Amino acid sequence: MTILQFILWSLLKVAVVTTVMLLGVAYTVLLERKLVGRIQNRWGPSRVGPFGLLQPLVDGAKSFLKEDMIPTGVYKPLYLLAPILALGCALITIGVVPFGEPSVGPSGMPLFQISDVNIGLLVILGVTSIGVYGIALAGWSSNNKYSLLGALRSSAQLVSYELALGLSLVGVVLRAGSLNLRVIVEQQATQGMLTWNIFGGMQFFAFFIYLMAAFAESNRSPFDLPEAESELVAGYHTEYSSMKFAMFFMAEYANMINVGCVATLLFLGGWTSPFGNLIPPPENTLVHALFPIFWFSAKVFCFLFLYIWVRGTLPRFRYDQLMNFGWRILMPLAILNILGTSLWLAYHGS
Amino acid sequence: MHLILFILFAGFCLAGAINLLLQSHPINSALSLIVVMVSLAVLYLLLGAEFLAAAQVIVYAGAIMVLFTFVVMLLNAGREEHTMGSRVARSVGFPAVVVILGVIATVILHAQGLGAARDTDAITGTEELSRVLFTDLLLPFEVTSVLVLIAILGAVALASHGGGERTGPK
Repeated sequence: MTILQFILWSLLKVAVVTTVMLLGVAYTVLLERKLVGRIQNRWGPSRVGPFGLLQPLVDGAKSFLKEDMIPTGVYKPLYLLAPILALGCALITIGVVPFGEPSVGPSGMPLFQISDVNIGLLVILGVTSIGVYGIALAGWSSNNKYSLLGALRSSAQLVSYELALGLSLVGVVLRAGSLNLRVIVEQQATQGMLTWNIFGGMQFFAFFIYLMAAFAESNRSPFDLPEAESELVAGYHTEYSSMKFAMFFMAEYANMINVGCVATLLFLGGWTSPFGNLIPPPENTLVHALFPIFWFSAKVFCFLFLYIWVRGTLPRFRYDQLMNFGWRILMPLAILNILGTSLWLAYHGS
Repeated sequence: MHLILFILFAGFCLAGAINLLLQSHPINSALSLIVVMVSLAVLYLLLGAEFLAAAQVIVYAGAIMVLFTFVVMLLNAGREEHTMGSRVARSVGFPAVVVILGVIATVILHAQGLGAARDTDAITGTEELSRVLFTDLLLPFEVTSVLVLIAILGAVALASHGGGERTGPK
């Protein structure tokens, strides 16, 4: 494979995956509005297109056409950089996520993953940790006390919960013996649902910790204090309008999808079928290739559904409760999980 | 390809470092430091030390520098004034820096004989790195962790002596 072919194939993959991701973001917003609507016993958006299916496109057009205000008091370079940073980091993560079997496409290029990095998990954690700056700088450069308070809350929350999040993943890494996302998925895929890390791998507590930390990491309810409307107007993006506001909005939903992808890969068996070998693999090559993508999307969808369900159900935490929960409950639990997993692995001998 | 990337990111690194000194606003300096850290991570990556590169981004750029910016934001530190420095600093400082750099450069050149760094003969992979860290270097590793623990305990002790009001019920 020549370098030109490599570049062309990579560009094609990036273009396709980014388009799918942005469409996913748009329709996650619609899914949320629909589901929260049903939870509150109303219909949600229903006027634009059948079942309101065209609503995301209209919303996007609206964001583009709105007046783009830049308040006079802001610190301009960082004010403009912040939304780019937030959305950029949210979209980069998908680059290391494998969403199908390691089949080889034309001219030796692996399909279904943009790049197969052998420290995939660390790359995801690293990019997520850089994403904090988007929010922090947005709040600070806006020169607005509500924005600043939202940004301060957000960075404190992210730094605290990143610890629990990272520690909860150690058990999974210990079981797989690798940081490569493909190896982690293949290790838990031998017997279908029974060998998934969340069931057969005894990583139930790790999954619980990851779930809580992930809600906090993506600033979602019940941990959405950085944008608590009743106290902070809109939190860190109070001063943003038009497409810049939309970029923060998209970053939040892209992060939800990322979290769903990581949970799917680490705990729910990735792209493999939950029934293991009970269903024989389909004969047709195309169906055979697309089957894993179906399972992957279905798992991510279930995770997003859970996300929105929680948002529609639980009230918001108080800030001291949030910090206590993170440091006094999740952290020790995560460390105990590492200890338990290591002892179990040492006893059974790997 | 390696050389181009090296020159590019070494350039970023130096530019970030110089910008760090020239900026008058603390938050701009903090952001330049992040640029330095991330370009260093890329240089590690070029040497084949991918674990080190990821750790550099997660720990330095993602955690420590977040706390730096956090403090700058919290104190809302303003713009600092540039002075031209004292006459002593200009007349003694700059020659001293040049001399020190020269000494360090000659020592390094003599010690290693100016060889190019290869990515084959060093311990770089995650597995080899952790094997060395947890077998041959176990004692230094544990001693370092005790040192960090002492620092944490010290911070807690200092904070609890302040007598500030407790936040919220237990």
